[in-house]
Amino acid sequence: MKPKAKSPIFWPLAGLVALVLLNAVHDLGFLKITLLDGHLYGVPVDILTQGSRTMLVALGMTLVIATGGVDLSVGSVVAIAGAVCAVLLQGGHSLAVTLAAAIGTGLLAGSANGLLVARLGVQPIVATLILMVAGRGVAQLIVDGQVIIIKSPSFEFLANGFLLGVPFAPLLVIALYAATHFALRRTALGLFIEAVGDNETASRFAGLAAARIKALAYIFCGACAGLAGVLAAANIRAADAYRAGENMELDAIFAVVVGGTALTGGRFVILGTAIGALLIQTLTTTMYNLGVPPAIAPVPKALLIIGVSLLQSEKVGRWLGGLWPKKEAA
Amino acid sequence: MKLTPWFKSFLAFVSLAAATVAPAALKIGFAQTGAESAWRTANSDSMKAEAAKRGIDLKFSDGQGKQENQIRALRSFIAQKVDAVVLAPLVETGWDPVLRDAKRAGIPVIITDRSIVTTDETLYACFIGSDFFEEGRMAAEWLAKKTGGTGRIVELQGTPGSAPANERRKAFAEGIASHPGLKIIDSQSGDFRRAGGKEVMEALLKKHGKSIEIVYAHNDDMALGAIQAIEEAGLKPGTDIVIVSIDAVREGVQAVVAGKINCTVECNPLFGPKVYDTVAKLLAGQKVERKSFNKDELFDATNAGAALPTRQY
Repeated sequence: MKPKAKSPIFWPLAGLVALVLLNAVHDLGFLKITLLDGHLYGVPVDILTQGSRTMLVALGMTLVIATGGVDLSVGSVVAIAGAVCAVLLQGGHSLAVTLAAAIGTGLLAGSANGLLVARLGVQPIVATLILMVAGRGVAQLIVDGQVIIIKSPSFEFLANGFLLGVPFAPLLVIALYAATHFALRRTALGLFIEAVGDNETASRFAGLAAARIKALAYIFCGACAGLAGVLAAANIRAADAYRAGENMELDAIFAVVVGGTALTGGRFVILGTAIGALLIQTLTTTMYNLGVPPAIAPVPKALLIIGVSLLQSEKVGRWLGGLWPKKEAA
Repeated sequence: MKLTPWFKSFLAFVSLAAATVAPAALKIGFAQTGAESAWRTANSDSMKAEAAKRGIDLKFSDGQGKQENQIRALRSFIAQKVDAVVLAPLVETGWDPVLRDAKRAGIPVIITDRSIVTTDETLYACFIGSDFFEEGRMAAEWLAKKTGGTGRIVELQGTPGSAPANERRKAFAEGIASHPGLKIIDSQSGDFRRAGGKEVMEALLKKHGKSIEIVYAHNDDMALGAIQAIEEAGLKPGTDIVIVSIDAVREGVQAVVAGKINCTVECNPLFGPKVYDTVAKLLAGQKVERKSFNKDELFDATNAGAALPTRQY
């Protein structure tokens, strides 16, 4: 039998289960889901709803990282997209126009990154850092430095609404995960991305349009960030250009890497990313649930992240394997 | 002589510079932290509007949330030989070298909003700030009166380690200490963000259920986020759960009028008049108070409606 530990999602999944168990032991109410006003209500529902934005950003980030790059600008794109939504809705535009503009903003931002990285050969960290720094300024310019309040029930539904009692935002994000999975794994596209990430030169000589594939990954990532911006603004019914999406790029990169996608590129695990994003959100909720004082909350968070990362490392795995030699190996 | 376009523009620049120097308007440099909130924007607007009113030549610099930008701005103010410098420090430490430069150039420095920590107190002329401690104390006092001294409180803290979060937490804890019936049952950080307030409140509502009677938020943004979480849990903010907050931004006062926030203590951002009065005194060689505070008011159901139309921020 193939040992389970070989699966890239084993350790993040184990971490997630361990966290949930810890919470359940502390307070069994953690797992309780009830019906309130005809919709599901409980901590697990909150984790899914709050975690859906990180999940979405991390989905796009997975593909970029799989090509061997990284996109630091996603947090700023979230802020810009939120600002665009607020201004358009305030101007009386319809929901469809607003959504199209927000996702269009993400596509545009992704195209700029893709152009710099794939066509002009700028280092991904440098290329996306430009938009990361400039993007927040753009977002503030759009809303003129103010927090703009959004009064649109249909817009708010996207983040806070329920479909047949189930929160809409996680449903939307899970559907996008499934669609991305099928688009990449049931066609050769996923293989192309991994090939480009593994060895760009070789894949180009093999006849792949390596630059185009890379650019498409950044564009997809931008679109995901744009949609996440919509969800972030809808969640609090306001566009907060200064703080929306703050440090989101780091959460997304963490979710991707913990989920088993290699930062060096050439391999991606979409399901792992989803689990990684939920792991972060569960960790945050755990701190609230256990009543860890906010000043020291980053410490247990850091410890768990270090733990999961170490367990994933092959070297540490081999070393641990040496401590408990397998009996059947003899 | 044929002038190259470059030289022409250079000449134009020099003559322009000479023209602006000619009238002896008061030149003041203001190094702002950034534009992170509605409060901050109102603070900047007050400084700019009051300068325009008094005919002061204000050099405004937006630090964009970075101390190195603010230090660079201070250096450039010193190079431009301004009459006085106003600094809203982003962080407490690391200002000594640049303040020493200002002192050597004979330019008085006024610290506003947040305080700094320095080894040499003579490096700045005075501090004009918001009394975060007094704000927390006022909130506690109001709450004790309103509830008769009993209730279970959850606290939504600001960014851990920041001066407003620290002082508002300490002052509130001291304020309710004399009322043993008022208990803080949980205290978590919403990072001064609306999304943070909502997320923390969602979690705390599940953890404590209906035993939460009072929410004390360190700013209006977090209180407004918490209100959403409370409504989504099927409860009525302001009625089922008493909400006390600080800042009194326009939207916060609106929520008081709507009965969703019970009380919000003002943190007045309109520093302009007081700062320029102080500068004028300093330059005239008069003595100024070492530490002074902007006066803050409290808004609840009794006076919010009347105050709302005149709120500038």
